[in-house]
Amino acid sequence: MSEITEVKNSTGDVYSTLSSSTPLRESAKAAFQQLGLPHVKTEEYRHTPITRALEKNFNFDSTQNPLSSIQNIKDFEIAGVDTHVVVMINGEFSENLSRISGSDIIIKKLDENEQREHLAKYANFKTDALVAWNTAGWHGGVYIHIAENKVIDRPIAIYNIQDASLGEVKSITRNLIVVGKNSEAAIVEKFDSIGAHPNFSNQVTEVVVSENAGLNFYSIQADHGNRYQFGQTTIWQANHSRVNTYTFTLDGKFVRNNLQLLLDGEGCESHMYGLYLLHGDTWADNHTVVDHRKPNSFSNELYKGVLEGNAKGIFNGKIFVRPHAQKTNAFQTNRNILLSDKATINTKPQLEIWADDVKCSHGCTTGQLDEEALFYLRSRGIEKNTARAMMLYAFVAEVLDNIPNEKLRVFIDTMVSERLHKNF
Amino acid sequence: MLRIKNLHAKVGDNQILNGITLEVKPGEIHAIMGPNGSGKSTLASVLAGREEYEVTDGEASYLGKNLFELSPEDRAREGLFLAFQYPVEIPGVSTINFMKTAVNQIRKHRGQETLDAVTFLSLMKEKIKLVEIDQTLLNRSLNEGFSGGEKKRNEIFQMAMLEPKLAILDETDSGLDIDALRIVANGVNKLRSKNNSTILVTHYQRLLEYIVPDFVHVMYKGKIVKSGTKELALELEAKGYDWLKDEVAVA
Repeated sequence: MSEITEVKNSTGDVYSTLSSSTPLRESAKAAFQQLGLPHVKTEEYRHTPITRALEKNFNFDSTQNPLSSIQNIKDFEIAGVDTHVVVMINGEFSENLSRISGSDIIIKKLDENEQREHLAKYANFKTDALVAWNTAGWHGGVYIHIAENKVIDRPIAIYNIQDASLGEVKSITRNLIVVGKNSEAAIVEKFDSIGAHPNFSNQVTEVVVSENAGLNFYSIQADHGNRYQFGQTTIWQANHSRVNTYTFTLDGKFVRNNLQLLLDGEGCESHMYGLYLLHGDTWADNHTVVDHRKPNSFSNELYKGVLEGNAKGIFNGKIFVRPHAQKTNAFQTNRNILLSDKATINTKPQLEIWADDVKCSHGCTTGQLDEEALFYLRSRGIEKNTARAMMLYAFVAEVLDNIPNEKLRVFIDTMVSERLHKNF
Repeated sequence: MLRIKNLHAKVGDNQILNGITLEVKPGEIHAIMGPNGSGKSTLASVLAGREEYEVTDGEASYLGKNLFELSPEDRAREGLFLAFQYPVEIPGVSTINFMKTAVNQIRKHRGQETLDAVTFLSLMKEKIKLVEIDQTLLNRSLNEGFSGGEKKRNEIFQMAMLEPKLAILDETDSGLDIDALRIVANGVNKLRSKNNSTILVTHYQRLLEYIVPDFVHVMYKGKIVKSGTKELALELEAKGYDWLKDEVAVA
C-alpha cells in the first residue's frame, strides 16, 4: 500500500515541475498525468523499478541543478579518435566546450519553435511516462543537422557529463538529429559524471535518417559514478537508408535504454548491436524496438551480455512487421553469460507480425561459462583467469568485430578488455 | 615419470576407478585397452585434472610431485599433455592465438623468455609439417567446424608445440580413417624420445600397428586386470574382451 502512495507522491512532484508553455508540452504534461510514473504492474517496466529508484535517491520538488565547475573534458574524451565535440553539462549544451568545424554540420541549442517539423514526431509520449515527462519538461538539448550529399569523415562525439559535486543533478535533455539525403555520418554519445551526489538523466533523442543516408550511432555507457539514466533514442528511417547502432553498457548504477528503429521506407538496412558487461549492483535494461512499416527492408539485432556480482540485466526485443511490410527480413539474437549465482537476466523476444511474406527469427540463450572449454584451455597450460578472459573476450568479440571505425573499435575494445581482465 | 598407486575415483555418486596401480618410466609407451565403460577415459581425465572427477583414494606422483595437488594448468606446465577424445570447439578463439598464449605461459612458468610473433610463427610452421595440417585451419576458431580427423590432428599439433614429457592420448584413434590414423601415429612417433613417455588409451588394436607400445594393460570395471607386452593386444583383437570378462568373473 505504501508503495502506491509513494508513486503518487513522486508523480505529483514531477508533475508540478512540468511546463505547459506550448501546445506540445501541454499535451505531453497531460499524458504524463494520465500515465503516472511506472509501477510494478506497468508491463514495459515490470523488471525495472525506476520509480522506486528515483523516489529513493532524488528530490523532485525543484528542477534546479547545482553549478558545474567543469572547465574541460579531457578526462572523458575518446582517446585516439579525432571527432567533432559536442558537450552537454548537466543536460545543457555547452557552446564553450564544444568544437565543431566545417559547414556541412550545424550544431546548436535545440529550439522548440524552430523544429516543429520533426520534434516529438517519432518518440511517442503517449505510451511511456518517462518520454511524456521529457517532452513536457526538457530544459536543454542539442540540434544537429547534416547537410545533403555529404560524407562526414569524423564522428560527432556527444559528451553527456553530469557534475554532481555540489548536489544531486537531474537533467532532462532533448536532442534532435537530422541526417540529410545521401549523407553519411557517425554519432558517438558517451555518458560520464563526477561528484559523489546521485545524478539522473532523462534524455530523449530523435534521429531522422533521410533517403539513402547512412548513420552509425554509438552509445558508450561506462560511467563509474552514481548515475541513474533513462534514455530513449528513436531513429526514423526513410527509403534506402542504412543505420547501425552500437550500445555498450559497461557500468553505471541504473540504466534504461529504449532504442527504437522505425523503418518507414523501403529497402532499409538496419543493424542493432549491443553489449552489456554488468558487475557490482548495476541494473541495466535494454528495451529495443524494430518497427518494419514498409516492404523490402532488412534488420538484424545482436545483443550480448556478461553479468557478474549482483548485477541485473533485462533485454526486451520487439519486432513489429506491419501489414504492408511484405518481404521483410528481421532477425534477433540475445545471448547471455552469467558468472555468479546472484546475477540475473530477464530476456524476452517479442515478435508481432501482420504481414505474411516475411522471414523472421529470434533466439535467446543464457548460460554459464562452458566448463569443458575452460578445462581444455587450462589443460594446455593457460592459467584459469586467462582462460576465462579468453572465452569471455571471444564471446563479446562478435559484437566488437562489427564496429566499422577502426580507431573507435580499438578504444571500445580497450575498455572491454580491461573489464574482462584480458592480459594475453 | 609417473607412479600411480591404488587410485580410486568417482564422478558424482558413480565410483569408476577401483584401485589402479601403474608405473610409467621415461621413454616408455603404455597402451591402456579395455571395453567401453571400463574407466579408461576416466583415468586419463583424472590424470589431467578434470574437476568433476573426485579422487577418493590412492595417489599419483609425477616427476616426484603429488599430481593431485597441481591445477590442470600447472600439470600442463610441468609437461603433462592430454589429447582429448572429444576436442572442444571454442568459437572466437583461434588456434594460433590460443597456442601462442599457452606456449608463452608455459615458457614463463619455466623461467624462459616468451616468444615474439615471428619466432612463434616459425616454430609453428615447423610443427605443422609433422601433422600435415592446413595452416588456414589454425587461423580459424579452435576446432569449430573441423572434421573429426582435423580435430585429432590439431591435438597432435598442439602436442608438438608444447613438447610434453608425458602425453596421454585418449582414444585419439577413434573415428579416424586409415590415412588420418597414419598421420596422427606418424606425428606421435616423431615426437618420441628416450626422455618422454606416452600413454595410449584405446579401444582397438589398430593404432598399435603404427605406434608400438612397450606395455599393454587391460582395464575392466575400473581396474587393470591384465598387463603384458604388445602380444596381449593381438590376443585381445583375436578373442575380443569377453574372455577377459569371463576370466575376471571366475577369479
